Amino acid sequence: MWFCPIFAGVIPLMNEPLKHTPLYDLHVSLGAKMVPFAGYEMPVQYPMGVMEEHQHTRHKAGLFDVSHMGQLRIRPRSGGGAEAAAAFETLVPMDFIALPEGRQRYALLTNEQGGIRDDLMVARQAGDLFAVVNAANKDSDAAYIEKQLAGDCQVTRQFDRALLALQGPKAVDVIVDLFPQAAAMRFMDCVDTTLDGVAVTLSRSGYTGEDGFELGLPADKAEAVARKLLDHPDVAPIGLGARDSLRLEAGLCLYGQDLDTTTTPVEAALVWSIQKSRRPGGERAGGYPGAEMIAQQLETGVYRKRVGLIPEGRAPIRAGVELFADEAGTEKVGRVSSGGFGPTVGGPVAMGYVSKEKAALDTPLFASLRGRMVPVVVRRMPFVPAGFKR
Amino acid sequence: MTTRYTETHEWVRLESGNIATIGITAHAAEELGDVVFVEAKDVGTHLKDGEAVAVVESVKAASDIYTPLAATVESVNSALTDDPALINGDPEGKGWILTVTLDDPEAFNTLLSAEDYKKL
Repeated sequence: MWFCPIFAGVIPLMNEPLKHTPLYDLHVSLGAKMVPFAGYEMPVQYPMGVMEEHQHTRHKAGLFDVSHMGQLRIRPRSGGGAEAAAAFETLVPMDFIALPEGRQRYALLTNEQGGIRDDLMVARQAGDLFAVVNAANKDSDAAYIEKQLAGDCQVTRQFDRALLALQGPKAVDVIVDLFPQAAAMRFMDCVDTTLDGVAVTLSRSGYTGEDGFELGLPADKAEAVARKLLDHPDVAPIGLGARDSLRLEAGLCLYGQDLDTTTTPVEAALVWSIQKSRRPGGERAGGYPGAEMIAQQLETGVYRKRVGLIPEGRAPIRAGVELFADEAGTEKVGRVSSGGFGPTVGGPVAMGYVSKEKAALDTPLFASLRGRMVPVVVRRMPFVPAGFKR
Repeated sequence: MTTRYTETHEWVRLESGNIATIGITAHAAEELGDVVFVEAKDVGTHLKDGEAVAVVESVKAASDIYTPLAATVESVNSALTDDPALINGDPEGKGWILTVTLDDPEAFNTLLSAEDYKKL
């Protein structure tokens, strides 16, 4: 038997020792199975197991350590959040000028070809922007933003801070014990607040398709807060394994797998994240890297597109599997970018890139799996309804 | 009936004559996590030693299962189609994967004993 690593794309460089998050000792004491992920030793699952952890998050509340991700503050050299927002708009096709203070938004850093450098969450705060970026890209993102906005903004790397995510329908009932103001927050609200005198950034967001919160806090407070949350009978610790199946069912992209520098937001079916004001004809159209390419694609369409895929039968179709238009396998039309078993769906789910002619909902395709052809159908994402409190 | 083991975490139980049952060990099932799908080679397929006889998929990953001895697939455990989690619940019992006819039953004795497997 051979154990195929699940996160093969993010094997750390050989010489670098794996880093630990502030919750490493807690994970070990909870019996987590630790694996390398983006240069960190992270919990892939706890004794509960991936399947039950997934269900627990969908039905109750799951606590995730996402401290490996990068927290950045982007502060203008003069002015406040408005000035930071204006500067940041030169790097992303999103509207941050019109985003009210205290609101968070999904964003994409694009390159000159319109490809995606990274996907991130950015909140507009009173004096600056608060960004959460992918672990594997945090150093390069920080350096890039710093260089591009050098004249206008200062970038502070808060990589030593912890980030916890509490996700699931019961998350709000648990979090109000620590933050009473959380009950009044809506999906994608973000506030700078305090807990026992220390600075905490609290947002009502996450990456599971469920209602939930994320808390950025000092490393030395992380374990105490995590333990307090875990004391609640509805909260269980959840590893990266369930995080992957949860986000996949929610139709959310994993950078490095579903998104990369050769894929544009239009190809990735992320046009919804580009506000009208930044599209051709909008009041601040263009003005970010790759704007011409993206404008052209918005007008004339793309050759390939990210779609949801539901395989027939029980066999999971995983990343890398090739897709064909015909059972004989003569017409290759695309490739699976993420796939696996969806515990809530109760069967295999996947997403992938297919040629535009084959991207329409309900298009029948075939996946080449271990020498046979498995029928798959293009389906709408998310595969499970989102539980956001808008 | 004797059960022997492989370094790649399969167990092989010699049933009678040259018939043997193959599955994965409790350690392997534990490592793999919740099994969601099992697919074995078709009955009648002849396999050389070290060839993959089945794939076991968990929520996390897909893993090949190898036959340590040359053999022909005799039957596959159809109960795993509806309940692949039997591999987690009872890996060395109800979670058996397939039975094979060994080319050379004598070669069975070259596999690891339970004691040697535990030492791995």
